[in-house]
Amino acid sequence: MAKTRFRGDRGLTARMGLVSVLLVVLWLAFGAILIAYTNFFFGIIVVVGLAWAQWYFSDRLALTAMKAKIVTPDEAPELHGMVDRLVALADMPKPRVAIAHTDLPNAFATGRSPDHAVVCVTTGIMRRLNAEELEGVLSHELAHVANRDVAVMTVASVIGLCAGFIARWGLFFGGGRRDNGPPVWLIVWLVSLVVYAISFLLTRALSRYRELVADRSGAYLTGKPSALASALTKISGDMARIPTRDLREAQSMNAFFFTPALKSENFSSLLSTHPKIEVRLDQLAKISADLGRQV
Amino acid sequence: MGLLDSLLGRNKPVKANLDALFALPQAAVTLDVTAGFKPTGIGAVCYRASEGAAFASMQSDIQELLDADGGPAVERSEDSYGFTWLVCRQPPDDLSELVTELHTVNTTLEDNGFGPSLLCSVVGFKNADDKTLGLVYLYKRGSFYPFAPTGAERRDNALELQIRGQISDDVPIEKDLGRWLAIWGAPGLS
Repeated sequence: MAKTRFRGDRGLTARMGLVSVLLVVLWLAFGAILIAYTNFFFGIIVVVGLAWAQWYFSDRLALTAMKAKIVTPDEAPELHGMVDRLVALADMPKPRVAIAHTDLPNAFATGRSPDHAVVCVTTGIMRRLNAEELEGVLSHELAHVANRDVAVMTVASVIGLCAGFIARWGLFFGGGRRDNGPPVWLIVWLVSLVVYAISFLLTRALSRYRELVADRSGAYLTGKPSALASALTKISGDMARIPTRDLREAQSMNAFFFTPALKSENFSSLLSTHPKIEVRLDQLAKISADLGRQV
Repeated sequence: MGLLDSLLGRNKPVKANLDALFALPQAAVTLDVTAGFKPTGIGAVCYRASEGAAFASMQSDIQELLDADGGPAVERSEDSYGFTWLVCRQPPDDLSELVTELHTVNTTLEDNGFGPSLLCSVVGFKNADDKTLGLVYLYKRGSFYPFAPTGAERRDNALELQIRGQISDDVPIEKDLGRWLAIWGAPGLS
């Protein structure tokens, strides 16, 4: 067996597994309560259907929201060349490549599966980063594709969507079943609120873990964790200087971005979709040390 | 990668498949007979250099090792995508020696834990009209494909497909045409 210096992070995997299990438990408990006490079935089916559509059409939705265009190898030879090399190195199918004409320096990957994925960069990020840093960002996005993060995050967020749906509309539909005893719809409504809050925290935690995983695999793919770190510092420094008004336009896309478009001061670290930049830089520094060690 | 691995984000770097490279000399014989392409004696390994001291010292070890045989010196160059090419030269009629040299590079990288950094190997061929053809070996797929550059960023797809048919019995050919990576400016292919 050949030696390998490409090590996973057991702790990260364990934390992610725990969060996933908690989400499933929450889902089952919530589903059981709904089935036992209410007639919200139709609404739930609609919500799940919407989430499915959001996942299935995620590439088109994201590209439209960002006004991004798919580019051919003739239109963007350097970008395509870079992606070509990276997917050959990672042995994965080549995603489509898109460019969004905005000065917002960012990148995202979307699409329902690795075969239907799109990697998108903005003109702003291409202007600010050098080739090596841009490659680091692309490898981070390709890692999201390989990890099927769009699918995982959609599934994870469905329960939150359902609970949110009931929390918002439950009071209108409530009272459909008049039993004796306490008003069932009120209990369900309260339970939904709680479930919504818990699932929100869990999905955000899952999102942060997956960002760290994407950083890690991206850094190992290019062998240049420091280039990715430098891209991170450059972009987050630039992001903080951009007036908030521009960034709000991209707010709905936040979870898929390379770095969040809103200033991190607005979020407590429990609620944010991305880990703190210090945490990401720490991890990359550790990988850099690992790569430099003799084995 | 399994479903559980992707759920838990445990994606490992893909390992390189080194052994199929030794099928090259047989394909070269076929190429000469059926298409008139002869080896140029130039071959190169393309890999992604990692940052840090471990990789740099291993890299100079490889060069020292390969230069010890007294033949033409091994050249190292970096392309515009940040990938490193290690170019080996041997007499055109001794293709198996060239393949052995390329394999030495592979095994050294793998022994040092950098196997996943290997991208491809290319061996150069030329015909009587001075047309260039490269046989490219993809480490991650364990498969070959022909690459025929014609001038600036253009490739002769017809020739590539013709060659594919001729050598498909000798070496495993990459079936997915989308993975026939264009390696512009690869050493030995101009």
